Amino acid sequence: MSSAPDNAGPMKYAYYPGCSLHSTAKEYDASTRAVSEALGVELLEIPDWNCCGASSAHGEGHLLSTGLPGRNILLAEQMGLDIAVPCAACYNRLAVANAEMRSDPGLAEKVSGVVGLQFQGTSDVRPLVDIIVNDDGLEAIGARVRRQLEGLKVACYYGCLLVRPPRVLGFDDADEPMTMDNLVTALGGEPVTWPHKTECCGASFSLTRVDVVQKMTGDVLRMARDCGANCVVCACPLCMTNLDMRQGGIESLTGEKIGLPIFYFTELLALAMGLDMVKSCWKMHFVSPEPLLRETAAV
Amino acid sequence: MLRRAGEGGHQTSPALPQGKETVLKTKDDSESRSPVSIGGVTPDSRLRDLVERLSGQKVADCYQCGECTAGCPVAFAMDLMPNQVTRLVQLGLAEEVLACRTIWLCAGCQTCVARCPQLVEPSAIMDALRQIAAERGIKAPEGEIEAFHKAFLNSVERSGRVHEMGMIAELKLKTRKFVKDVPVGLGLFTKGKLSPLPKPVKDRAAVKKIFKELRKHEETADE
Repeated sequence: MSSAPDNAGPMKYAYYPGCSLHSTAKEYDASTRAVSEALGVELLEIPDWNCCGASSAHGEGHLLSTGLPGRNILLAEQMGLDIAVPCAACYNRLAVANAEMRSDPGLAEKVSGVVGLQFQGTSDVRPLVDIIVNDDGLEAIGARVRRQLEGLKVACYYGCLLVRPPRVLGFDDADEPMTMDNLVTALGGEPVTWPHKTECCGASFSLTRVDVVQKMTGDVLRMARDCGANCVVCACPLCMTNLDMRQGGIESLTGEKIGLPIFYFTELLALAMGLDMVKSCWKMHFVSPEPLLRETAAV
Repeated sequence: MLRRAGEGGHQTSPALPQGKETVLKTKDDSESRSPVSIGGVTPDSRLRDLVERLSGQKVADCYQCGECTAGCPVAFAMDLMPNQVTRLVQLGLAEEVLACRTIWLCAGCQTCVARCPQLVEPSAIMDALRQIAAERGIKAPEGEIEAFHKAFLNSVERSGRVHEMGMIAELKLKTRKFVKDVPVGLGLFTKGKLSPLPKPVKDRAAVKKIFKELRKHEETADE
């Protein structure tokens, strides 16, 4: 199924926000809804969606890690829509579960039986960044830009789960993805060339092995800075938490200033499209983007 | 060097990290004996089958090129390298591999999955090994990570979604690390990012049923 209609009606998706967008990533949810509305992408929240199981369920077995995202897929199929997922981790779980149920009828039967809805395999699972950038295209977005993001030198950070495993996901290249880089260019900013686009930030070890996260996230942040970036853009609440919230700790650990504000790609879009709501996002960040935005007159 | 007892010519070298050599040292006896013995350790012949079944991976396909290890972003913190984990599964050295830190430190970032020339998914092998370790009651050397996964899934089972504050409280009670991360926790709270109360799904029974029916460890039940 493709949600992009042949006529010019609004594009509709079943929206799966995921747990983070209701808590630690509220600004991602708010900017996602604002930008989507402005671009004519209609997001209908999946009624009564549940957690996808994220990085914990797959340690408890294949069935549970398919069943949890599976229920959401089945609920979306009832809506007759493809699924839009802003969180890279949720996207990964939903897309993998969908692919596995499509290729394994026995697995699909099991999940269908427990959820009480018959799996049809009719809904595609897509990351929000793919939908926003590729449905209408960058030209359409460029036409909506009110403020060029001049002066923003952006390290586009895709992290792990948006592009891997490539055999299942594959909306962009697994080693050298360009979706967000092209978006930044369309918004008048400058994407920097850097090698850590798809390195891992340490994800869920943020709460347990802080030392491991500080090394992994620190490497990503330092590489971004060393390659000339003055900010980072991401499409994942876990990446944001580690790069933004853990940045202060990383700085005090090594005594060096990094000072890189981190944006969700939807925040940069809202900024460039002149959506006022974005101002309310900045106070949710640990590293305030406001000094950089004043400096570059992008505010 | 490992040697199959009774097959003196057949040798493989798993290149274990420092400190592990003694455990796997060849017991160089020439008498023919069955079952296979490696340095006095009797391999668990079911381990490979079990891992293959749980992970859906053909463990035997790994030819130890080391690509997974070369690209692993958490290798610096691991005790066994990812290719060594697969090697130990091939050899059936259950005790070694089920007690290692590596299976808990795998971040599931899928870099190894993307790069394996044999289309093996090492992170799926790690998932399976964590399951088996838990089933067999082996104490996780990364207790905090294990506690995190439990607290996370308990939160989902309880309310259908993760309630961060409840999950963090449970994690802290389990690990007794109350002062760890207080500043960032307060930061999250003052930014309105942590809610004191959970917002559960309406149909909690549906999620509980998923846990009840699909968490069953029937797949590991050949022991």
